[in-house]
This record gives sequence, structure tokens and C-alpha cells, in this order.
Amino acid sequence: MARISLDRLWKRFGKVVAVRDLTLEIADGELLVVLGPSGCGKTTALRAIAGLDRPDAGRIRIGDRDVTEVPPGQRGIAMVFQSYAVFPHMRVYDNVVFGLRMRGVDAAEQRRRAQEVASLLEIGELLDRYPAQLSGGQRQRVAVARAIVVRPEVLLMDEPLSNLDALLRLHMRAELKRLHREVESTIVYVTHDQVEALSLGDRIAVMKEGALVQCDTPTRVYHEPASVFVGSFIGSPPMNFLAGRLASTDGEIGVRVGDHVLAVPSSYRRTLAARGDAEVLLGVRPEAIAVRDGGPLAGSVMVVEPLGSHHLLTVTVAGARVKVMMDGGDAPQPGQTVTLAPDPARVRFMDPRTGLAIAAA
Amino acid sequence: MTLRRLGFASAVVMISAWVLLPIMLIALAAFSPRDVLYQWPRPLWPSTFTLDTFLFFAGSSGVLAATWNSVVVAGLTIALSFAIAAPTGYALARYRFAGRDAANLAILGTKMFPATVLSIPLAVTFLRWGLYDTLLGVAIVHTALSIPFVVVIVTSIFAGVAFELEEAAMTLGCSRAQAFLRIALPMALPGLAAAGIFTFVLSWNEVFASTILTLDNRTLPALVLSSVSGAGAPLHYRFAGGFFMVIPALVIIFLIRRYLLSLWGVTVR
Repeated sequence: MARISLDRLWKRFGKVVAVRDLTLEIADGELLVVLGPSGCGKTTALRAIAGLDRPDAGRIRIGDRDVTEVPPGQRGIAMVFQSYAVFPHMRVYDNVVFGLRMRGVDAAEQRRRAQEVASLLEIGELLDRYPAQLSGGQRQRVAVARAIVVRPEVLLMDEPLSNLDALLRLHMRAELKRLHREVESTIVYVTHDQVEALSLGDRIAVMKEGALVQCDTPTRVYHEPASVFVGSFIGSPPMNFLAGRLASTDGEIGVRVGDHVLAVPSSYRRTLAARGDAEVLLGVRPEAIAVRDGGPLAGSVMVVEPLGSHHLLTVTVAGARVKVMMDGGDAPQPGQTVTLAPDPARVRFMDPRTGLAIAAA
Repeated sequence: MTLRRLGFASAVVMISAWVLLPIMLIALAAFSPRDVLYQWPRPLWPSTFTLDTFLFFAGSSGVLAATWNSVVVAGLTIALSFAIAAPTGYALARYRFAGRDAANLAILGTKMFPATVLSIPLAVTFLRWGLYDTLLGVAIVHTALSIPFVVVIVTSIFAGVAFELEEAAMTLGCSRAQAFLRIALPMALPGLAAAGIFTFVLSWNEVFASTILTLDNRTLPALVLSSVSGAGAPLHYRFAGGFFMVIPALVIIFLIRRYLLSLWGVTVR
């Protein structure tokens, strides 16, 4: 277990800036998920922590050591690659103990630790086989076994589940969560799948175009996104954003969305009052909007998707499409007019110019 | 449909005949008794088979020594060309550096010069350096001829070995060199072995440079060529000699034909 600290990392490949001024503190023993779309720099950041790519600027610390100049084999890390990188010319057992062999661990201890890890990852019967004889899921477990058998301070995982089929992915997600409790390593986990991020991470670091956008617990990232990007990227279906304008009536601040005026929740009164009659984006998640008679917003239902336990409605409100989640059972018909009531406690305001969240008071 | 298959079959037959007929004729002649060879018209299928012709050739002066010379030159060629071309191939496959494409082009560009034309000025240079009529001199020329092939082969072999595997080894405690020795090299070994055998055959069959650059220490092809073009060697000697030279190449390529496919870029997973 060790703390990791990234201090103002920059990495360029030719003209492309892959990682832009990245500063991140990862706590001892935590499972940090680095989440973002393709090309956001998350794999580059991971490889910089591993020591496989030298950053152009910035320092990396693992524990108390500055490891920026230290080669990968001496940083106390182990890595699981997206393609697993299991050595094809060695048996599974030799793959698993490779790291131990390189560090001069004696054969008896090698065998002991290999057995321990093999039972943890359920690859005991595969030890004598060659990787070509294994399925993708089995090879992935071998890759994980090879990494954790050396008891690294830091375990780095680069999209380990993305090459597995959906059912296996679900199963392995739970296995990895269990593994995190058993293994005493700090884990840095890179993925583009926001469901994985929410499920696995103690904290999620959301990256976009090389920069860190938000680093928070899954709950906060979900309910208090720092920007329009985070709100849209996390959660399926993504957060709705309605364009509105602040308006003041009888000293009460409201938001005018199309023809409707919504009251501003008390937590936002002070910060929004300072903005006069500026334009704002009203962010609210589909499950936080209730279909209720007398609600402040009105719209016509375009599409109803019955998803078993609930319905996903697409409603046109003030010219924009809003997704609404409602309980299964009776659903409105397409073409019907409905009134919607967003939960004021779950509404987030964003600045339309910067895309960043407006802080609540 | 049948017309297409007929056309395909006849093409196969013709190409096979083109390759096999000369070899067959030489083989038959090499095992025919001397008097059969001098018959006119010569029967296509000899009435008797004999080893006499072959043994006559094998026992002729200089043949065994020349064979040994060929083996030595081929061995030296393999050692030298691998020492130079294998690291080159690895570097070209793994590193991106300024002048990389130019280097590639330059290496292949040496193939533009025919060995025959180069051998004469080389003979003059070797005379000055004292390398004339030495096996090392011939090996150097053969190395120069084989380096482009070995570089291309080794480059494609290492390009096919995912660098991630070496990176994984490095995260587990290997240095760059250890990762190469323990991971990349063992995986490349079958391809490297095939490249080595290809180089052997290239050197074994090379006739022009070795003829011009040797006098007393002839390699086998040089010996046979000089005796064929020189004071008329008997007919059966030439046939037996030709066949004797063809055998190693035939056998070796037959054995490694599977590896040749992967050498030429058709990867068999």
C-alpha cells in the first residue's frame, strides 16, 4: 500500500498534448478509477505512474519516494494491461511466478504464493497450460494473478474488463471489488465505462482532453457533477440540461424555461441572485423528475420506452428533449401532454458559457 | 467451373514441371552409368542405375575440401550477418528515430548492385588487403549479400512480437535488456532459425563472387563452375556435381517450408 502523488504532469506526443498539467493525490489503499472517453489521457497517465512513459514535466511520488526517474521494475508497481500481455511461450505457472523469479524469491516461496493467488482467482487447474489454450477471461485472470503475486504497493489496471463479454464483465467486476478487500495495494483503475467506475471506485477521477475535470466519490460525481461534461458522461441515461434565464419576480428568484418559471432551491438563492438575469443551464437527472399533475414544467411526450421496472420517457419541454424516468405501471401515451416536477434538491445549475457548475451557497 | 479448375490444374502442372524437370533430369543423369550418358539419343529413363558417377564426383580431387570450405563460409556468413543484422532489425522494429526510413531504404538499396559486377573491384581491394583467396573474404561478401534479407526478416519478426509483452516484463522487474533476452528473443527464435537457414542456403549456392574471389580455396559452387567452364570436365562429373550441390538446398527448404510462410508476412497464429 502506498500513497501516490502526481504533481503537474505534462506529456506530449508530437504536437498532441496527451496529459495536461495533471495534479492528483491518491490515498493509501484506495481504489481510484480514472474515467474518461477515448483519448482523454487516462492510459497515458497510468503508464506515467508505471514508468513506461517519461512525462515531459512534473513529478511522480509513490509512498515517500520520488520515482520520476526510477525504472518500472523498481517502483513497487505491477500492471495489468488491456491486452493482458500474458507471455505466450511460458506456462501459466511460469507466467504467474515471473515477477517473483526476477526478484530472487526462492522456489518454495514462489510455489506457496502462486497457489495462494491461484485459489484467489480460481486458476488452480490452469497452471500447467499454455496461454494459447486459455479463454480470454482465463487469460485475464492469469494477468491479474501475475500482478498481485508480487504484492505490489500499487496495482495499475488498464481497462482490464473491456475485452470480456458482458456477462463475464459483470462477474469480474464483483470479483475485482472482492479482490480489492483481499489485496493490500493501492489500485489505479483506468476505464471508459462509467458503470464500472461508479461500481468499483472509492473515488473517480474524471478526465477530458488531457485534463482532470473532477475527482470525487461516486456519489458526489453522480449527484454533484462539476461540469456539463461530467453530468452527461456519468449516468445512463445522462443528465438533462435545460436552457433557462434567471428572472426575479416579487423578490423571489426563479428560472424561466420556455414559458414556465421554476422556483430556485434555497441552497442556490444567494449565488444565483448575484447573477442578475443571466442565462443558466438547469441540470437534472431523469430519475429526479416526477410526472405529476400541477408540475411547473409542461411538455408533450414523444417516446415511451418500457424497460420493465420503469419507463423511460422522452418529453419535449420548451423545444428541448428531456428524458424522464418513471415507475413501471401506467405510462402516458406518445402525444400526450404531461406536467413535470423536477426535485429541487437534485437540481444543479451550470454556467452555459463555461460549462462549469455554479456552486451552491 | 470445371474449365476454371482445369485451367488452374494445368497452371499448377506447368509451374511444377518448370521447376522439377531440370532437377529430375540432373538427378537421373547423376545416377546413370557413364556409358548411358554418352549414348545418343540418350534414353530418358536409364536402363541401369549406378552410384559410380556420383562416387567419381565425390572422390575427385578438391571436392571434399571445397564442400568443407562452403560449410565454413556459410557458417561465417550466418555469424557475421546475424551479429550485424539482428540488432539492426530489432532497432528498426522497436525504435522510432530520425533517418529510420532512410536507413531501411539504404539497406534494401544495396540489393540493386549485382554481386557479379561488384566482385571484380572487390577482388582488387581484397588483394590489397590480403583477403583474396580466403574464406573470410568470401564470407564478407556473402554477409553483405544476405544482410538486407536478414534485416527485413528480423524487423518483421520483432514487429510481430508485441512490445507490451516486454513492457509487462519490465514492470515485473526486468531491465530493457533482460526483457529482450527473456521475452522477445525466445518468441523470435523460430523465425530467427528460419532466417539463419535461409542465409545458409544463400551462401551455399552463391557462385559468382566465390568464383572470382577464390583461387585455391574454392567453395563447392566455385569449384564446379570452374571445372565446367574450364578444361572440359567429363559430362557425368558435371551432372553429378550439379546434383550434389542442389541436394542440401532442396532438403533444407523442404524442412523449413512452414517457417518460410511466416517469414514472408503470412502469420500463422
